[in-house]
Amino acid sequence: MSLEIDIDHRRGTFHLAARFAARPGVTALFGRSGSGKTTLVNIVAGLIRPDRGRIAVDGQVLVDTERRLFVPTYRRRIGYVFQDSRLFPHLSVHRNLLYGRWFARGNGGASADFASVVELLGIGHLLERRPDSLSGGEKQRVAIGRALLAHPQILLMDEPLAALDESRRGEILPYIERLRDTAGVPILYVSHSVSEVARLATTVVLLAEGKVADVGPVADILPLADVDEGGSVLDAVVLRHDEAFQLTTLSSQAGELQVPRLAAGIGMPVRAYIRSRDVMLSLQAPQQVSALNILPGKVSQIAGSGPQVDVRLECNGAMLTARLTAKSAQRLALQPGLPVYAVIKSVSFERS
Amino acid sequence: MTPEEWTAVRLSLLIAVTATAASLPFGIAIAWLLARGRFLGKGLLDTVVHLPLILPPVVTGYLLLLLFGRRGPIGEFLNNAFGIVLAFRWTGAALACAVMGFPLMVRAIRLSIEAVDTRLESAAGTLGAHPLWVFATITLPLCLPGVIAGAILCFAKSMGEFGATITFVSNIPGETQTLPSAIYTLTQVPGGDAGALRLTLVSVVISMSALLGSELLARRIGARRVAT
Repeated sequence: MSLEIDIDHRRGTFHLAARFAARPGVTALFGRSGSGKTTLVNIVAGLIRPDRGRIAVDGQVLVDTERRLFVPTYRRRIGYVFQDSRLFPHLSVHRNLLYGRWFARGNGGASADFASVVELLGIGHLLERRPDSLSGGEKQRVAIGRALLAHPQILLMDEPLAALDESRRGEILPYIERLRDTAGVPILYVSHSVSEVARLATTVVLLAEGKVADVGPVADILPLADVDEGGSVLDAVVLRHDEAFQLTTLSSQAGELQVPRLAAGIGMPVRAYIRSRDVMLSLQAPQQVSALNILPGKVSQIAGSGPQVDVRLECNGAMLTARLTAKSAQRLALQPGLPVYAVIKSVSFERS
Repeated sequence: MTPEEWTAVRLSLLIAVTATAASLPFGIAIAWLLARGRFLGKGLLDTVVHLPLILPPVVTGYLLLLLFGRRGPIGEFLNNAFGIVLAFRWTGAALACAVMGFPLMVRAIRLSIEAVDTRLESAAGTLGAHPLWVFATITLPLCLPGVIAGAILCFAKSMGEFGATITFVSNIPGETQTLPSAIYTLTQVPGGDAGALRLTLVSVVISMSALLGSELLARRIGARRVAT
């Protein structure tokens, strides 16, 4: 399943010009507010007609302005999870969930049956309730279930977790991960949360002022994504748990990482997101230092001018970024090719 | 009450119910067009719908007579094609009442459709619902209180309609003599005061019952909506 987008759309002075093809999995649209993320998703959904362009999902053309082709929203077989859940206030949760089922024609798409969706989202006890009596997290889980039960060919999620608190987010994220890994439905996921994108995305599309600034695998794009909150993504596997100290050891390409105890089982793939400002550099292997994670690597690039610089490191093939003051960079005489050690405190890892 | 008075009451109820029921589908359709439609001539349609509200009722009645009378273009066609005669019949009275009540009905329904969140409608579209289904399953249930209010307004207007009715279908006892025309007739004859007063009381009771009924209905719908 793939998604091809090549569109131009003007609204007033705003010009959205997006062209990219997404691989299967989760494609994250990432960018500041006003960068055109939601507009792009609405174009894919058919809620907005683009001025020019073509969109195809899995080879099926949804829009082609040159051929004057426009498939209306209701025939697109999409599942759209809105930021504001948009449950129907006059229908019970049960009937909200089943709404799309009336219209789901044929087979294909996500083969989600009612009982398993209800169980996975933990909404069994809500079925007879009215939407206005639900909490934000409950509403959003129902909205995800409703979209899935419409048997979509592609799932669009526009900041589905933005209205939720940290703990609710933590409950829903594993479910979206499971969708990505098992359902085989491509997901277009809008977010401005680095940690969400780091955790979920296969491909990241970086949008800035209506233009695609960069497209690529999450580990390549995310470090460039946010200048304020830079960081790096490491794919890793759970190696072992240390129950006494409540730590988990991860094995990644860059080396072993010790992080606060994770709930994931041994052998499970996880992603570590390491913020640039949590990475310290040392020219010699530090000894008798409190930090538990020391990764050897080489400086590959020094970016930025001014009081802070971002030092990109290559650690056994994986990329890691450290944010340092310009003074430190000069004091250590950092330059490309110089071997260094990256030091990361275990407590700086957040659960997300 | 005399048999003639009862006849006027029954006839008025029949005409008002017919006028309301027959115009409701059109009222909902026009209200939806005005609330959600984007087309050329929307302003013109809005004006035409509101015309009976601003024209003198006698003028509206006379225009109906010109159009739907036996020799009127529409009246002649209806008579030749279907054998339907409206002029000086109770069905004509129902038409006059429907035309007079229409702007009030459309206005109430239009406001309630405009209050329905279009984001819910587009959400239903993403779930695969055809626009007609979206209207039937989302828009209509959500604007039901407005539809009821519009229907009650049209019914009440029909019960009280006088000018257009008497101009279009005259004041024939047993055929087109409604409550207001009967009251008017009674005030014109010596000794008719008692009958006029009785019919006035009946008129007050019917109008207030209709209002009360709509309040109760709207409250039940509201209660069903917030119930968990």
